[in-house]
Amino acid sequence: MSDAIDIDQLLSEMTEATQTHCNANGYDNPLMIGIQRGGAWVANRLHQSLKLAEPLGELNIAFYRDDFSTLGLHPEVSPSKLPAELNNRHIILVDDVLYTGRTIRAAMNEIFDYGRPASITLVVMIDRCGRQLPIQADVVGKTMTLNTGEHVKLSGPEPLTLSFDNVEGTET
Amino acid sequence: MTGNIIQLDNNGNLKHFLSTEGLSQSLLQSILDHAESFAGVGERAVKKIPLLRGKTIANLFFEPSTRTRTTFELAAKRLSADILNLNISTSATSKGETLSDTLHTLEAMHCDMFVVRHANSGAAHYIATQVAPHISVINAGDGRHAHPTQAMLDMFTIRRHKKSFENLRVAIVGDILHSRVARSEIHALNTLGVLETRIIAPHTLVPKGVEDLGVQVYNDMDTGLEGIDVIMMLRLQKERMRGALLPSEQEYFQRYGLTSERLAIAKPDAIVMHPGPINRGVEISSEVADGEQSVILQQVSHGIAIRMAVMAMTMGRSNDDMENTE
Amino acid sequence: MRIHIEGGRLLDPANNLDAKQDLFIADGKIVSIKKKPDGFDSDLQINAKDKIVLPGLVDLCARLREPGLEYKGTIQTESLAANSSGITSICCPPDTDPVIDTPAIIELIHQRSRDAERTNIYPLGALTKDLNSEHLAEMHILKQAGCVGVSNAYNAIDNAEVLRRAFEYAHSCNLTVFLYAEDHALKNNGVVHEGALSTRLGLPPIPETAETVAICRAILLAEQTQVHLHFCRLSTARGVQLIKAAQAQGLPITADVAICNLLLTEMDIADYNSDCHLQPPLRSERDRSGLIAGINDGTITAVCSDHQPHDVDAKAAPFSLTESGASTIEHLLPLMMHLVNREELKLEKAISLLTSQPANILSIDKGSLEEGKDADVCIFDNEESTSIDKDNLLSIGKNTPFNGWETQGAVSHTLLNGRVVFDRSEFK
Repeated sequence: MSDAIDIDQLLSEMTEATQTHCNANGYDNPLMIGIQRGGAWVANRLHQSLKLAEPLGELNIAFYRDDFSTLGLHPEVSPSKLPAELNNRHIILVDDVLYTGRTIRAAMNEIFDYGRPASITLVVMIDRCGRQLPIQADVVGKTMTLNTGEHVKLSGPEPLTLSFDNVEGTET
Repeated sequence: MTGNIIQLDNNGNLKHFLSTEGLSQSLLQSILDHAESFAGVGERAVKKIPLLRGKTIANLFFEPSTRTRTTFELAAKRLSADILNLNISTSATSKGETLSDTLHTLEAMHCDMFVVRHANSGAAHYIATQVAPHISVINAGDGRHAHPTQAMLDMFTIRRHKKSFENLRVAIVGDILHSRVARSEIHALNTLGVLETRIIAPHTLVPKGVEDLGVQVYNDMDTGLEGIDVIMMLRLQKERMRGALLPSEQEYFQRYGLTSERLAIAKPDAIVMHPGPINRGVEISSEVADGEQSVILQQVSHGIAIRMAVMAMTMGRSNDDMENTE
Repeated sequence: MRIHIEGGRLLDPANNLDAKQDLFIADGKIVSIKKKPDGFDSDLQINAKDKIVLPGLVDLCARLREPGLEYKGTIQTESLAANSSGITSICCPPDTDPVIDTPAIIELIHQRSRDAERTNIYPLGALTKDLNSEHLAEMHILKQAGCVGVSNAYNAIDNAEVLRRAFEYAHSCNLTVFLYAEDHALKNNGVVHEGALSTRLGLPPIPETAETVAICRAILLAEQTQVHLHFCRLSTARGVQLIKAAQAQGLPITADVAICNLLLTEMDIADYNSDCHLQPPLRSERDRSGLIAGINDGTITAVCSDHQPHDVDAKAAPFSLTESGASTIEHLLPLMMHLVNREELKLEKAISLLTSQPANILSIDKGSLEEGKDADVCIFDNEESTSIDKDNLLSIGKNTPFNGWETQGAVSHTLLNGRVVFDRSEFK
């Protein structure tokens, strides 16, 4: 299944779709933010291909997770890096895999603690379905339906590869 | 030593933070790493993250201290916890209620964490042995024993300026005898692997056997400061002059006060630290306290990040462990 | 009541007795050793085969907490605990509430002791009125009422003039002064031995000199006054040396040590174990071995339990705020035997430190096995073992620093005045 996916091909499709989405909505000079770690890798590639002027932002959502009381503090936390003021900006939020929607919920909460953006566009590489919250992506690289025990994982940053397994695990 | 056993849970995570003694270098480094990520929170539009939402933290201050209590309170609020401030010295104990009674009353109010300051050494340790298994205890200063969050914010400040601890020579100057800060700093510095820790003080302010903690003792300030990268000044309580420990503030300042001339003996890029509040003209001159090499104000702001880190680490342990310990 | 103790190893250092012999008791007295008296028909036969038969032990210092602190212990409860360790005679210090400075208190203690019928209790009278360190107590009256000596307990007499006069007056009453040597100013509210541990734990320290300065001062005043001086509860190796020198000079000075200071050191305090909060404090290993050496060279001639039972609240607080003292009386003999098994003391020496020698210090006719004497006897079974469990003590005070220890041997029977006051088989 994994060898069926050509990452570079996927990224170039996503670049095009994102550009189209921005143009259609009149988002001039958007600010791109990737969710650590996989989302930031994807965002980095999109950021290059879209030739965005401003540096890429990175979001660490560890402090906003809703599973803190059961899983505890993530051992490796590197702080969020947001290069610019967020107020009234059009944000392109990038993640690798969209599953339950909880990560995106946490990320949006954090974004709003930094300021009030004009809009947020969600771009994901894989939508594996199984949402628990009313969240959807504006740009999706590939949609697939996985069973509960199955897992999709992005490895990176260089080269970016997708892998699938059946290990029980939490949302990426 | 058994010191680390009570502080850690079965998975080796920090459960209580009572002392810097007995904790591993990697654990101390991870406190500093976490503090680094929490430091940014204070610079944002909304200075609050929802990590400890719904948790209740009780500040149990058996000994008054506005400064320390305020930084713990701020740290708790930035983590979205609810905080109770209890000044116990004026309420419960004067009515004959025992410490255990007080603790059990607070447990019944479903507190999740106690931040404890007490005039007696070992108080936080004692409380940690008494509380229900789900409660974490953070020592905010006990007698002469330990003040681990102060020591860690000092380590944080040093790391920001000096990057690594490995080649550092650090001097702690002043009233070591009565200082819980000094004891916690000594343990933290040695665990983090500094080249040398010196203490500089007259014999009356040096506790017996302090060499066993891994320090070199200097009575003379000028020799003690040679080649030093970090100077950690201690506060000298005015009441020390009343007994037979020191003759006068003037004489103390002459022998141990940190002046520009003395500072020049240390390395040119040496930093000057002080836990506050400063007695200007007693332990340090205003010129040095406000000078370029002073990092005293940074220490204060780092205090919040360190306390956020320690609160988050002790409260954010995985659930299965807590089931094991219950 | 006639009792025949059969087949035991009789050990009585006072009479150089160590032999497998029988003991015959009638009407509260020892009537014969070895040979069965003519016509002796025993009501009770105790099989002491493979056991050691000793004189009932004399504990030179135990606080039974009565009168005044009955919630920590009573003469009844603590005497039973004492019996379980073979103790039949107890000397108690005068810091009861009220203080033992009137004949009425002595009478009260004697009355309670008669009611309990478990031990002989020998009170020390106060050296100064209400232990206030200012006015002399009525030592002669106290002696008439039954005090075996005088003491100021833990209250230091700062004023050297008062100490001198107290020594002189006690000497004129022919009373031994039991002095706890501690300089109040040097102690400076300390709670643990001054050293690396006090520094590490940040606990207020008690320097060695708090003891040695007080010993020096007392020795010089004893030399001047010729009083019989007994130093209570030594804790420092240096203190032992000072007393040894004074004894060599021919001064009538004796000394004892508490069992805790022979087995524990400051390191046992570990992380603020309040059951190890003692007075005098646990000191260094060097001090501990100095105390053992002081026993073996004859400087120290008695070991006491220094029993101080406490209620739970007294020990449930940050270290400095807890009360000092340990509940030790019911393990005095097994703990001494532990030192014998570790080859720090010889068996005979260990027994003499708990029997004849403390009896000599108190000038009481106890601590030996002789025909015609009160039949106070302890039978020790070396095959048994003692596991010390805090929650399973006879004493009201559960504050033992030896919780979890396993020691070889246990007392099987204790007899007071020819009557069995303790039989371990009843406690199983």
